[in-house]
Amino acid sequence: MSETLTAGGTRKLQIWRGDLTSGELVDYELETEPGMVVLDAVLEIQRSQAPDLAVRWNCKAAKCGSCSAEVNGRPRLMCKTRLDHLPADQPITVEPLRAFPLIRDLVTDVSWNYEVNKKIPPFTPREDLPEGDFLIDQADTDRMSEFRKCIECFMCQDVCHILRDHRLHDRYYGPRFMVRMASLDMHPLDGLDRIDQIADDGGIGLCNITKCCTEVCPEGIHITDNAIIPLKERVVDARYDPLLKILGRNRRRPGKKKPAV
Amino acid sequence: MAIEHHDYDVLVLGSGGSGLRAAIAAAEAGAKTGLVCKSLLGKAHTVMAEGGLAASLGNVDPRDGWETHFQDTMFGGKYLNNWRMAELHAKEAPDRARELEHWGAVFDRTPDRRMSQRAFGGHTYKRLVHIGDRTGLEMIRTLQDKTVHSAVDVFMETTITRLIKDGERVVGCFGYRRPTGEQITFSAKALVLATGGSGRIYKITSNSQDCTGDGYALAYEAGAEMVDMEFVQFHPTGMVYPPGVAGLLVTEAVRGEGGILRNALGERFMEKYDPKRMELSTRDVVARSIYTEVKEGRGTPHGGAYLDVSHLDSDYVRRKLPSMYDQFLELAGVDITKEPMQVGPTCHYFMGGIKVDADTGATRVPGLFATGEASGGMNGANRLGGNSLGDLLVFGRRAGLGAAEAAGKAGSVSLPADELAAAQAEVDTFLNGSGTENPFQMHKELQTIMGDGVGIFRDREGLSEAIGKLEGLQSRVGNLRAPSNRLDYNPGWQLCREVRNMLTVSLMISRAALMREESRGGHSRLDFTAYSDYWSENNIVTHMHSDGEMVLTPTPVITRDELGALVEARKEAEKAS
Repeated sequence: MSETLTAGGTRKLQIWRGDLTSGELVDYELETEPGMVVLDAVLEIQRSQAPDLAVRWNCKAAKCGSCSAEVNGRPRLMCKTRLDHLPADQPITVEPLRAFPLIRDLVTDVSWNYEVNKKIPPFTPREDLPEGDFLIDQADTDRMSEFRKCIECFMCQDVCHILRDHRLHDRYYGPRFMVRMASLDMHPLDGLDRIDQIADDGGIGLCNITKCCTEVCPEGIHITDNAIIPLKERVVDARYDPLLKILGRNRRRPGKKKPAV
Repeated sequence: MAIEHHDYDVLVLGSGGSGLRAAIAAAEAGAKTGLVCKSLLGKAHTVMAEGGLAASLGNVDPRDGWETHFQDTMFGGKYLNNWRMAELHAKEAPDRARELEHWGAVFDRTPDRRMSQRAFGGHTYKRLVHIGDRTGLEMIRTLQDKTVHSAVDVFMETTITRLIKDGERVVGCFGYRRPTGEQITFSAKALVLATGGSGRIYKITSNSQDCTGDGYALAYEAGAEMVDMEFVQFHPTGMVYPPGVAGLLVTEAVRGEGGILRNALGERFMEKYDPKRMELSTRDVVARSIYTEVKEGRGTPHGGAYLDVSHLDSDYVRRKLPSMYDQFLELAGVDITKEPMQVGPTCHYFMGGIKVDADTGATRVPGLFATGEASGGMNGANRLGGNSLGDLLVFGRRAGLGAAEAAGKAGSVSLPADELAAAQAEVDTFLNGSGTENPFQMHKELQTIMGDGVGIFRDREGLSEAIGKLEGLQSRVGNLRAPSNRLDYNPGWQLCREVRNMLTVSLMISRAALMREESRGGHSRLDFTAYSDYWSENNIVTHMHSDGEMVLTPTPVITRDELGALVEARKEAEKAS
């Protein structure tokens, strides 16, 4: 067996404690078990040393995306990050995501993401579909499925410099929702023309494809290459075709209609 | 101080699959609908469902139909199911699956481009609609998007600690907002409990931290009946190593796709226990088989069985079981395309739950409905894999419609002041009382008692001892107090009420398990190893007596004459083989 048999031993953690007004990294030390993940350590500290430590978690199986935090300065799911994969000779720092307002300790207010999601019209079947079962190719399914793996951990939003550094939350939906719109726009039976939203309210033009989002995705979604760049291409195709521009027209997308505003 | 208050026709507690489906149905029926969830929207335990949704579409095997699905469900449940629920589920699951696709869900396809279906334990034909091994996430996301674009108000990170009654009727509930601790009340003409199961009563569980039996306890305290609480499903395959992830689910799809179970001697031991179905036997059988192999000294180094897919094409494994591949590589350092996994039983699902009317989800308490894992009856003594995702769609919709209809007939409701005061006093005591019991500590004790005495195999001695200890905890539960008294995001405060809920659920399970002197489905007694004729015809129904005592009553299984021939045919076929 190639299982890494690692002794537990004592580890030091530095966990960010505080709220919007003030806070600091606080040192903790605990005995660990083999295979322990950062979330185990944080919860053990909560149980035995800091009972009011605020942390958001649910499944502890890397499927719900609740326990996102910045571990040693990098966004990670705490439940999927093994202590023994982090350098043993230094304390492990655990801090909240920075792109969203802090509530307390490791918990941030991610409600903005839910507001953005509400603005995106749901899948709407084309009106010209024949009666009976949906017929869809496996290849289309695979393409959409990559995007639909998203567990909404919002770590891509956290590292997106448009949101994190420039705080342009009112002008760009962020990588998570580019992925969401890609899954809808690439659905072969979707009947909405989503280009205007992607380009205008969604603000895809602000993304300058630094791929930070792709790097932190725990689901390995190729956010930039497979979602954002193809959507940018679709926007260009629909709006900036030189020939159509001369004719003073936009490209029409067959089977797709503009969403009701 | 004024408390935040909201009025609804229908209020749904819980935002897993069944809660979302109920809320959608209620809103579509015209009811003013609210949805309350303990965590963020979309994080519910349903995301962890992996294998698929059982629906007899017949896309892969045209021989399939609702009758066979009904028979499989009854056989899987060892004939203790509510026949009407099994019937409705089998008949309506295909429409619910198609509907989901029309709402944007994306499932794997057949070569002729329709929804594909995979094999699963206990299902006669290839029946499970799926997308890789993350079907639950697909369903949650689809239902979540449908919900936010329906007329449903969502209250995230809100904990409900008490249902409020006016006389016999449930008229609302009380709780607090987790981020601030601010109190909140709801009045509702009909209230749907879609609060899921209670896996956190065991240390080794596949369940999310939210699964603390809140709905069971709330309904029980409000006067509802519970059914089949002794039947807890231990999923045969959870991770056993490393300790931090012990219990984490290894989807049945691993076996559905051809995974083989072996013991430490390399024997394919399912040949001994169920030579006909082998690895795809029902979950109760496979879980007991693995447990027995380990107990008799043929376990793997980490105390489980080997589950092997390394004989399958490695690209196929990565495509069909992507999250399993990641999970083992990341958390255990095992490449499942090259070497076997080590797996063992983990608490997974509660067959039992709140007793409801099959057609409407109504409990016996006016104004109170239940659905999904929170309700009982559909799955009898053992649930087939894939039937929970169908269950939550079929009965989520039915409960939403039932609640909307009841709300339409109800007059206006208001919350009696004394009930409200009692609810406020309870949460305040957990925060500012003089209690000395630590909820984290008591939760640990509870898990130890349940693991030791009320696990996969049970006997009189162990159960009696467990009940004694649980009663001991009960005498201390009024003394619980959060280690910190701050209001915002206080996990200890949250756990106080959850521990109380889990203790109530644990007592129901242990007492029913002691009463059922036979072995059937998810309930295995070492001192009563055979089926009993008496218990083959009776469910155990639990309710709270007016003096506060827990009362357990054997009650005849709900049958249906017109389904008798199907059930008999299946029993005959089983005997013949």
